[in-house]
Amino acid sequence: MNALPSLNILVCGIGGQGVMTAAEILAQAAIDHGFDVKKTEIAGMAQRGGVVTSHVRIGPRVLSPVIAPGTADLLAGFEVAEALRWSDQVRPGGRIVVNTQQLVPPVVTGGLFSYPEEPLAQLRAPGVAVTAVDAADIAAALGDRRLSNSVMLGAMADALPFPAEALEEKIVARFQAKKPELAALNRQAFAAGRKASSQG
Amino acid sequence: MNMLVKDEAGARRLLSGDEAIARAVWEAGTRVAAGYPGTPATEILESLAQYPDLHTQWSVNEKVAFEVALGASMAGARAFCAMKHVGLNVASDPLMTVTLTGALGGLVVAVADDVGQSSSQNEQDSRYWGRFAHLPILEPADSQEAYEMTKRAFELSEQFETLVIVRLTTRVCHVKALVTLGAREERKVPGFAINPARWVMVPGNAKKRVPLQLEREKKLAAFAESYDLTVEEAGDDRRAGFVVSGPAYLHLREAFPNAPLIKLGLSYPLPLGRIRALAATVGKLVVVEETEPLIETELRAAGLAVHGKDILPRIGELTADIIAPPIRALIGEPEPPKAETLPPAPAVFPRPPTLCAACPHIGVFHTLFAMRKKVVIMGDIGCYTLGAGHPWHALDSCISMGAAVGMALGIDKAGGASDARKAVLAVMGDSTFLHMGMQGLLNIVYNRGNVTTLILDNRTTGMTGGQNHPGTGHEIHGEEAPRVDFARLCEALGVKKERIRLVDPYDLNGLFRTIRDEIKVPEPSVVITNQPCTLIREFVRREPHQVLEDKCTGCGSCMDLGCPAITVRERVEKTDYAGRPYEATYTRIDARACTGCTMCVAACNHGAIVPVAGAKAAGSCC
Repeated sequence: MNALPSLNILVCGIGGQGVMTAAEILAQAAIDHGFDVKKTEIAGMAQRGGVVTSHVRIGPRVLSPVIAPGTADLLAGFEVAEALRWSDQVRPGGRIVVNTQQLVPPVVTGGLFSYPEEPLAQLRAPGVAVTAVDAADIAAALGDRRLSNSVMLGAMADALPFPAEALEEKIVARFQAKKPELAALNRQAFAAGRKASSQG
Repeated sequence: MNMLVKDEAGARRLLSGDEAIARAVWEAGTRVAAGYPGTPATEILESLAQYPDLHTQWSVNEKVAFEVALGASMAGARAFCAMKHVGLNVASDPLMTVTLTGALGGLVVAVADDVGQSSSQNEQDSRYWGRFAHLPILEPADSQEAYEMTKRAFELSEQFETLVIVRLTTRVCHVKALVTLGAREERKVPGFAINPARWVMVPGNAKKRVPLQLEREKKLAAFAESYDLTVEEAGDDRRAGFVVSGPAYLHLREAFPNAPLIKLGLSYPLPLGRIRALAATVGKLVVVEETEPLIETELRAAGLAVHGKDILPRIGELTADIIAPPIRALIGEPEPPKAETLPPAPAVFPRPPTLCAACPHIGVFHTLFAMRKKVVIMGDIGCYTLGAGHPWHALDSCISMGAAVGMALGIDKAGGASDARKAVLAVMGDSTFLHMGMQGLLNIVYNRGNVTTLILDNRTTGMTGGQNHPGTGHEIHGEEAPRVDFARLCEALGVKKERIRLVDPYDLNGLFRTIRDEIKVPEPSVVITNQPCTLIREFVRREPHQVLEDKCTGCGSCMDLGCPAITVRERVEKTDYAGRPYEATYTRIDARACTGCTMCVAACNHGAIVPVAGAKAAGSCC
């Protein structure tokens, strides 16, 4: 029984941003395409405003749910300093999709720590493809900041082992079931994210 | 109702370990399930509450939950309870005698160890309970196994008339993976049959059952030799063979895909014969277990030469990257050329967990900080444990559920030199008070202690995500339930009526005066706060506030509150009237996060914080 190669996606952000939901949608879409999936996260006490990471491993058969250090194929950073925090988890030749939004915590506004300078520039290491998207801005332009999740999923949709449309349909179906009035808007947000990634 | 109920047998669903266990408990025809919230086990009961045809409850604590499940088993029903590792410590009193009586209806406890300590006060290995209480332990590695083993646990329980422990870790509870579902099995409940020799554990009866307990353990050990939840996997690379249990199996398989191993589904009692057979065919025998060397120690005692914690860590999760290098070194395999990785990421500021904007605990810890030099503050387990952190530093202990009151009385009675001029406080939440705090308060009254107990009643079990308890007026399904009256409860425990004070924690001046008055009175007193958690339905958002730039003096008083909605607009180097340099901190309020609790209005001495003109209460949080 050999460990078969898996695609490793590390989703990171801050509690409340929808990191776990995004990871769940990714996992569901992969399952629909016949892949095995394991998804794990560490949130712990950091439910609100703390660091959240979710590991999604997709493959013919996934064993360990944990992405080994430095082996992520894709890092999806829902906040730019968080992407920087986890940036060395990406393998050389991997990809980073990052929301350029900055969420500054109390320890920074309180003067105990400083926010990294030019975090996006620091992310652009040699050998890593970086796609930067201002998901918060795009979402706000569409009328609801909460759409930034779908924008981010759109931005990473062309780096997955299944068609982008499959991910899009998963998002839309999720909203059709829970909040049908938001389905069309989320489709727009997904398309906007996908378009922005092709330009970023 | 849970969408899963509609799923037909054979459907494959992405489920967390917790959700998979809930499904299995339901399918097993269980009639009663109980628990108390605790990470990472909370979602088991939350998920189970969505299934029909069984009674699911939040109990006041794990001991009670365990006893509720036990009673149902005594009546012949299949019964289940779930808790985190430290919860089983609480339930250990009945546990240690149930091992004598045994179970009638299938009785299963799922206990979740927080390996890696993501949200717990300790890291302990609950598999010790199997050795301590002579009980079988099943250890799943992922969601599918958690589902299968939980169903099989009920069968095992009935076959051997024993409680069965399903031991989980965070990496089983909170990992989602595919699970193939089955159908629910309906079972008749015969009812309780009077049988004192079986259920009345006075010494005369209990003594007769001790040998039965040991005999059962022997039978289970023999049964383990052929039990199909334990599996051997062949492998060509015989330099090392492995004995492994739980999620460590997945990590091990990833690191050593071609090694022979035995994976223990039933990890206690051990199938010594099967392990010896493996040992005879491999170069070295290595035990990979999280976290303590339990299997390893028993194998060594049985005369086998084994490796385990001599080369592997005894703390935390055993992921592939952690276990591979020491095992390679053991078998003399050179380290493979190191895969190229990126240079280390730059250090980024921490994001410690923090209290929410408008959290009623903010007012309490702001007030306690103001009295810091005059009080000793015994703390407890919940969101308010964050009061120990920045910027409040106003919580001096966190040990176990309900411990604050007991420790506070101990500090009071110790009469220490440095405490002579200080008041002793105990701080705990509503759910924690009902879990194990009531007894401590009764003990303070009975022993004439001089302690002021703060009950931070936010009408939910906050830290674990907002579960109901007897103080919320709702039960696990959200239906109405009798609601305990904390003030009358404290009065019944013997606290004088005039020493029980209800206070609005948003009213900083009133809160300060109330606590100050009560710590001056040399007898037991209780202060109960009454604002709900900001994350529950009862919380009402009000109009957001703002800082008027022309009135803000940069004193930074509002920053000391520790409200995450208040941030720094500008810092300016200035000199005071005596020519000494200082940094002025001008602030602003994030109107999207502010809910108009007005605590900062009271904290500002310059009238600079006012409602945003014309603003409506912010929408629901993202």
